[in-house]
Amino acid sequence: MLRGISAVILCVIFTAGLFAGAVAPYPYTKQFRERVNAAPSASHWLGTDSLGRDLFARLVYGTRVSLLLSPAAAFLSTLIAGVLGGFAGLVGGWCERLILAAADLSMALPLLFVLLALRALLPLNVSPLVSVIATFALLGLLGWPSSLRVVWATTKNLRNSDFLLLARATGCGRSRMIARHVLPNLRPVMFAQFWISIPLFVLTEATLSMLGLGVMEPLPSWGNLLRGLEDVSAVSTNPWRLAPLIVLMVVVVCFQLILPTPEETA
Amino acid sequence: MRSRLPRNLALLILLARALPVGAQTGGELHFCLHGEPKTFNPILVDDEPSENIRYLTGGVLIRLNRQSQALEPALATSWTISRDRRTITFHLRKEIHFSDGTPFSSEDVGYTMRMLMDPETHSSTGDAFRSGEGSVAVESPAPDLAVITFPAPIAGLERLFDQVAILSAHSPKKEMAVLGPFYVADYKAGSYILLQKNPNYWKHDAQGHALPYIDSVRLDIQRNRDIELLRFRRGELQLINRLDAEQFDRLQHENPAVTRNAGTGLDAEELWFNQSPAAPLPEYKKAWFGAKEFRKAISMAINRGDLCRIVYAGYAKPAYGPVSPSNHFWFNSSLEEPKYDAQAALRLLTQAGFRLENDTLKDRAGNRVEFTLVTNSGNAAREKMATMVQQDLSQVGVKVNVVTLDFPSLIERMTRTFDYEACILGLVNTDLDPNGQMTVWLSSGENHQWNPSQKAPATPWEAEVDKLMREQAAAPTDKGRKAKFDRVQQIVAEQQPFIYLINKDVLVAVSSNVVGAAPVVLNPPGFWNVETLRLGPAPDLGAQR
Repeated sequence: MLRGISAVILCVIFTAGLFAGAVAPYPYTKQFRERVNAAPSASHWLGTDSLGRDLFARLVYGTRVSLLLSPAAAFLSTLIAGVLGGFAGLVGGWCERLILAAADLSMALPLLFVLLALRALLPLNVSPLVSVIATFALLGLLGWPSSLRVVWATTKNLRNSDFLLLARATGCGRSRMIARHVLPNLRPVMFAQFWISIPLFVLTEATLSMLGLGVMEPLPSWGNLLRGLEDVSAVSTNPWRLAPLIVLMVVVVCFQLILPTPEETA
Repeated sequence: MRSRLPRNLALLILLARALPVGAQTGGELHFCLHGEPKTFNPILVDDEPSENIRYLTGGVLIRLNRQSQALEPALATSWTISRDRRTITFHLRKEIHFSDGTPFSSEDVGYTMRMLMDPETHSSTGDAFRSGEGSVAVESPAPDLAVITFPAPIAGLERLFDQVAILSAHSPKKEMAVLGPFYVADYKAGSYILLQKNPNYWKHDAQGHALPYIDSVRLDIQRNRDIELLRFRRGELQLINRLDAEQFDRLQHENPAVTRNAGTGLDAEELWFNQSPAAPLPEYKKAWFGAKEFRKAISMAINRGDLCRIVYAGYAKPAYGPVSPSNHFWFNSSLEEPKYDAQAALRLLTQAGFRLENDTLKDRAGNRVEFTLVTNSGNAAREKMATMVQQDLSQVGVKVNVVTLDFPSLIERMTRTFDYEACILGLVNTDLDPNGQMTVWLSSGENHQWNPSQKAPATPWEAEVDKLMREQAAAPTDKGRKAKFDRVQQIVAEQQPFIYLINKDVLVAVSSNVVGAAPVVLNPPGFWNVETLRLGPAPDLGAQR
């Protein structure tokens, strides 16, 4: 039941983001300079931000950015984790040690600082769209190590399992064994890693944007919308500024609710 | 007994009312520094927290009155400057002692100057006195007479002594022996600095009471401005030396009595285009950025009034030149204030060969006019300004991409790789005198940001600015210097190498039990008159406006 409701909510939010141009009443860049920090009204459903931009329009467009690119980044990181973790778990030996050492090293590095450094190396004369894709690509490229550990551990268990031993004994080839026996058993784990990564990347982008290093202005994302919450006392007078936080919380909770349970994964 | 009580009370009240205002002495003033002071040695001061400590503890020969912007005698009762502006003679106060009781004499002035000018000391305060090759000669013909001779003339020489806190040549306490109103009594790194009243301070008020009135100043080291504001609201702090516009606006709504707007400050926020020949930019972009008409049109298309109103909640003024109007003497008031006019900007661009096609501005070769505007991340006001400039320039068909970078990366691009197109940053201006801006205006200067460290001036107008800045530095009179610097301001207004955006107001919060506070635009705005501040017994005492 809960899972169904969560799926519906996510679908609604995804759809609104996907058709932001039709849903939003104004362009997300338009500044109504005479209506700065306006309260919700018929013309501005969620009020306006500190530059007079319609918050509802920015929230809808921000949803598109965050909810379309976070799964893409999650897919990238899960793919890298699946390939490297699966390879390490199956092959073993020095390859396994090398890949695990690389994962440990990556986890030891403070992700935020690595992102800051890489972000600074990017060329400046790019459009906001390119910058947002670059930001999420970086998240995807750097976010694989923790998933890799899970995939590696599962693959290693599979390698030592009885059914693979039996398959090998019956003369099953390596590629057939991977395709028919390993990958189907890895799928629930990879699936779970993918779903877990999505809210993680949404939150990481939010953190980067809070530092002013995420999605570039004027393109909205949940992250840079959350910057409106920096001023806590302003929030108490303008509570509608909490809207992006509420949507983010709803999405994260919904993602958690639609994840497969441990029993289902098993 | 019962009948005498009201009479005694009335007598007490009368006595209390009869006490002179100066009798409200004692107490502890409590406020925050926004960082750890790097040093207590006044010669080595290079950061704002240390500068604040120097102001509170250091005794100087000449003090710049932060309110009148005039120089006043301090440890020197008078001074004379030779006609060649190389020698300054100080007549010193007699019977003055350092905080530890060591007597003050001209020997201490000589010792301080030698320490200041010693190349081993690397004193940035001393750098201002380095006028040419050769050493500084200090003579002490009498205990109350000091003669300092510099190798070359120095413009605005006497003003520089406001930054020179005199050290004791003989005290075993070294730099901790001071001549200012307070001395450092206790210091816990990362936590607080406690300053106690200097019992030997030389100054007295008009009634002959010893200054300062306050017994001690406790400075908490607090980097977080929100926590500082929270503590002020709780009554734990009595002063916030500088507030940002948003905090000030909030406080103004809550309790207007504690907020003080000292007026337009000296600091400016500005935008400039990278004109360095070493910049890895396409030639057509270099041509835009180098064109005066392009820069002027961009300047005209920016609505500075909106920047002040929206980004700074009205606590800023549009800026059009390098000198803030609050710098009374050096501001060139004859310059015309350009008005925001997007249509006029478009006409100027058209005259310069640009054309508007389907809301997109293109140059003669058909290149779309688009540039990236960088600023430092984490500065919400600058990010907002950049976004508003982006919107303003879209009205004339210019596409702006806003990029925020962490400060080290930004500085790297500005000073080493020159890999940026346009930038918004602020210029912190603590010196009223144009000599403090030499590195900005000389084409060879490192802070000549649009095209720094030139071997020879790249343009005729930069050559003229170089000449004028050197001439004003050597001019014998302030009037002559002003005429030269007025012309510099005129050239800058014509050429717009920096597109000045706003001058921020200096915003201070003072608790209502601090009496005598009169915030000013010069540093330190909130406690420049700390000697005469008094603490009232109750918040309802009301601060003097």
